[in-house]
Amino acid sequence: MQQDSTRKKSIIGSIDWLTILLYLILLAMGWMSICGASYDYGSSVSLLDLSTRSGMQVVWIGTAVLLGAIILLLDDRMFDTFAYIIYAALMVLLLVTPFLARDIKGSHSWIKIGSFSLQSAEFAKFATSLAIAKFMSSYGFQLQGSLKNFAICFLIIALPMGLIVMQRETGSALVYTSFFLMLYREGMPGSILFAGVSAVIYFVVGIRFAEDMVIGDTTSLGVFAVETLIMVFVIGMIVVYCSPSALTSNRPSGEARNAGQAYRSTLLITTLLCLGGMMIAALVSKYIYPFDVTMVQGALLGIAIVYLVYTAIASHIIRYFYIALFAIGSLGFFFSAHTILYKVLEPHQQKRVLVLLGLQDDPKGTGYNVIQAQIAIGSGGLEGKGFLNGTQTKLKYVPEQATDFIFCTVGEEQGFIGSTAVLVLFLIMLLRIIHVAERQPYAFGRVYGYCVFSILLFHLLINVGMVLGLMPVIGIPLPFFSYGGSSLWGFTLLLFIFLRIDAGRNRLQH
Amino acid sequence: MENNSHQLEYRKYVLGFAAILIVVLYVLRLFVLQLTSDDYKTRADSNAFLKRIQFPARGAISDRNGQLLVYNQPAYDILVTMREQIGVDTLDLCETLGIDTAWYNRRMVEIKDRNRNPGYSPHTQQLFMSQLSTEEFSRFQEKMFRFPGFYFQKRTIRQYTTGHAAHILGDVGEVSPKDIEDDSYYRAGDYIGKLGVERSYERQLRGIKGTEILLRDVHGRVKGSYMEGAYDQRPIPGKNLTLSIDLDLQALGERLMQGKLGSIVAIEPKTGEILCLVSSPSYDPREMVGRQRGKKHQELSQDPMKPLLNRAIMGLYPPGSTFKTSQALTFLEEGIISPQTAYACSHGFHFKGLKVGCHGHASPLPLVPAIATSCNGYFCWGLYHMFSNRTKYATVQEAMTRWKDHMVAMGFGYQLGVDLPGEKRGMIPNADFYDKAYRGSWNGLTVISISIGQGEVNLTPLQIANLGATIANRGWFITPHIVKEIQDEPLDTLYTRRRYTRVASTHYETIVAGMAKAVEGGTCRQAKNTNYVVCGKTGTAQNRGHDHSVFMGFAPRENPQIAIAVYVENGGWGATFGVPFGALMMEQYLTGHLSEESERKAQSLIDRTINYGDAAR
Repeated sequence: MQQDSTRKKSIIGSIDWLTILLYLILLAMGWMSICGASYDYGSSVSLLDLSTRSGMQVVWIGTAVLLGAIILLLDDRMFDTFAYIIYAALMVLLLVTPFLARDIKGSHSWIKIGSFSLQSAEFAKFATSLAIAKFMSSYGFQLQGSLKNFAICFLIIALPMGLIVMQRETGSALVYTSFFLMLYREGMPGSILFAGVSAVIYFVVGIRFAEDMVIGDTTSLGVFAVETLIMVFVIGMIVVYCSPSALTSNRPSGEARNAGQAYRSTLLITTLLCLGGMMIAALVSKYIYPFDVTMVQGALLGIAIVYLVYTAIASHIIRYFYIALFAIGSLGFFFSAHTILYKVLEPHQQKRVLVLLGLQDDPKGTGYNVIQAQIAIGSGGLEGKGFLNGTQTKLKYVPEQATDFIFCTVGEEQGFIGSTAVLVLFLIMLLRIIHVAERQPYAFGRVYGYCVFSILLFHLLINVGMVLGLMPVIGIPLPFFSYGGSSLWGFTLLLFIFLRIDAGRNRLQH
Repeated sequence: MENNSHQLEYRKYVLGFAAILIVVLYVLRLFVLQLTSDDYKTRADSNAFLKRIQFPARGAISDRNGQLLVYNQPAYDILVTMREQIGVDTLDLCETLGIDTAWYNRRMVEIKDRNRNPGYSPHTQQLFMSQLSTEEFSRFQEKMFRFPGFYFQKRTIRQYTTGHAAHILGDVGEVSPKDIEDDSYYRAGDYIGKLGVERSYERQLRGIKGTEILLRDVHGRVKGSYMEGAYDQRPIPGKNLTLSIDLDLQALGERLMQGKLGSIVAIEPKTGEILCLVSSPSYDPREMVGRQRGKKHQELSQDPMKPLLNRAIMGLYPPGSTFKTSQALTFLEEGIISPQTAYACSHGFHFKGLKVGCHGHASPLPLVPAIATSCNGYFCWGLYHMFSNRTKYATVQEAMTRWKDHMVAMGFGYQLGVDLPGEKRGMIPNADFYDKAYRGSWNGLTVISISIGQGEVNLTPLQIANLGATIANRGWFITPHIVKEIQDEPLDTLYTRRRYTRVASTHYETIVAGMAKAVEGGTCRQAKNTNYVVCGKTGTAQNRGHDHSVFMGFAPRENPQIAIAVYVENGGWGATFGVPFGALMMEQYLTGHLSEESERKAQSLIDRTINYGDAAR
């Protein structure tokens, strides 16, 4: 009995109250934003009335805080023990959801229970995090060098992704790609992450700006930008991986001199060839004779690849070969994706892919919603228009203003100060999660912590980026802000399980 | 494994740095969006704010006795929201509004045509039909529930209590592109005074428009007022005007002038207030209201009798013998004659082969009977003596200039400055004019006809009436004006300040005596009234066709209440129409009614028609 009460005390003392404080501040700011977004001009209905979104959100916040408190009261070993069972249960739920759910705007992800609707995909995030944390903390687990382990990790992540895609919630499915950030921390080679990020950038930039013509209207901005990026990446990789300082560690001095010479000449020639050649081509195209500059870029990259392979053979430094391989892979990926999208697919299929990826967000006209969102934020100025005084959001110029575009209300009503404050609060929370994850004595807590970090960062990156017009329009909520019980409960579970695991960190060390 | 994990620990910095990078990037983006340009704010405002104009009530107009002349009547515009009107029974609607289906279909096409209706949106109310009267509207209102998507808005149109004084009151119409350019107050579709006091007192009558700032949602639907109307501006109603017109006098004047061309102008001498300003032919202002205005205006503007011309201030006429009074005053002031000076007249002025005819009367005559009998010879001699007096004036030009200065001081040759648009200045020749016309070779004889109000001299009926008022006042006048009072605003000092002529008031007494004698036993005997002493002067202005019949006078002789000018085109002798009309008008004003005998006389004069045919005008 005595022992039990001291244990409780030590748990309360071990809870990371800073994270809980950040969580509560974000909830409060989120509620204010929802009031602004759902408030109807001229309506006398109270903000707490349950027929309004602001009123309902109070219910969601109340139950979420209650849920968080309950989690903190549970035994932390429970999550480790039941991780696979929770995962399996959620996967079954995801599987049956499309059959139980009604069609809401083409999505089959909402299960109706009484008068409430729950979105099962929101709860699969913490379940997947638990499962992968459990798997990666099993005895003797090694990510590096074990293809089998990597494949199982990949499967644990891919299963919910696939099931969620079947619900036609592509945005929510994409969230699971964020687990690669955690995998990177746990030992996945950085090159895979880099390749993945590069591929996404090529695809998004290349497709999004494919139709914009520049330099005398002959060159596609998308293709031009991607090819320029590949050039910059190649040059950057030469600097990072092939400079004498990066190579010296395991080479004798004579070879180091040789390597230094190869580095200098390769860097010079590649830079001059790629960037110089491209500039000359662009100038000629613009002022003398208009032609497609991307063709010249492709040729220049081809020459650069041949030269890199030659350097690899001549200097016996295999890294030049890998860089050449990266360039070939980049070009191959981009042009095959481009060709499939624009040459192989029918126009209506093309459109579906683009809409699915949020690269073409509305049927009305290019970027109407995104422009209205930027007008809303831009009109906020330094201090904002004040609580409930936004016009863009309230008069429905901004779509989904209480859910996916909630950050518009922050921008419009709280201005630069308020929106920066929100971003900084999120940043503090993310950095705190890294700190807390790193202090875990066992891999289970650390892996789970990085899962939380990765998921929150991905949501912030995509949601705010979309509203600011920097990211494709992918409909995922802003954690703790967007209206809705499912996402709030989902994020609360995700975060508080981590806090509960963390609170138990000292117990077993005694 | 622990060792491995330790090796990888640096990666927490990579991930932490990635998070910091993203947030910094987004804060920079926020900085660009929110702090570097006002563009987004402007665009948000133009999205959300709908500035709706609230029209003020236009000021009402009444006559000097408080009788209401012009007021506002509610009119109704029918509006339609295209998206909501689907399924309306078109036939029923057309029948209710009294339009045919062809008109309905044409109008619907016009509304949707964004070239002609740039503000079109299927979600917002569009003007379907304008200015329905209350009766027309009440039929629609009864059935309105059957026509979803159709709405109405209240406006006002001008209404007139009587059919009189059209030229004075004027009317309102839609602003022209030039009006909008000249005054930023106006927007397309606004109304502006077009003629009469509606135009000259536009600024006072129109009031100040208000604005209501409304919030408009993404579909163009109004969602209520912004900040509960904190930034709204209430419209300020226009000011009411009280005219100096006496409606009964104006009505009588218009009745007398029926079927005749010309003008009657009466002025209260001591204030300069215009008591009536009749221009004939006229029109009924009640017909110039609402939807039929355009058609009616077109009709009137094509009428050869020019009913839209306000002859009282725009008609240029030779003043004929009424002008002799001004000549006598000039000669007296210049010392050319004295009241006792007599000139011989043998059926006119005969000198060096020049002949100006005159009717038979005793000869020679001194000034007072010369005015009473309207002797041409007397005034010809006067002008001749003035213009050839080389002791007073070095040259004929100098004499002419002196003469002209007297005329201008009496209010001739320039606009008097009446508060009505379009006043003409008339014509008083000067030395330059004759130097050009006669290449410097001219003398008093050359221009002798100006002394009897013929030749180059032209006055407006208002200027003739003002001459009467000046004589009644014995040497001064106040600029004639038609607005007696503006609500909460003083009159322009132009309309309260006395303007003196260059002639001493004692000389005016002589002229008054002459004019009294003309009524007592001269050319104006018909104007005699037992109740008060009338002073008058006839005119028979020579013309290419029949002579114009003119009368100028005032009454009573002491403390005059009314000065008047009557001008009947082609009316013959001054005594034919001018004198009796003047007498009737004075009687009406001074006694408040016409006696039975006067009424009979008036009717007989109204019945006497003048054949205008295609007489030159």
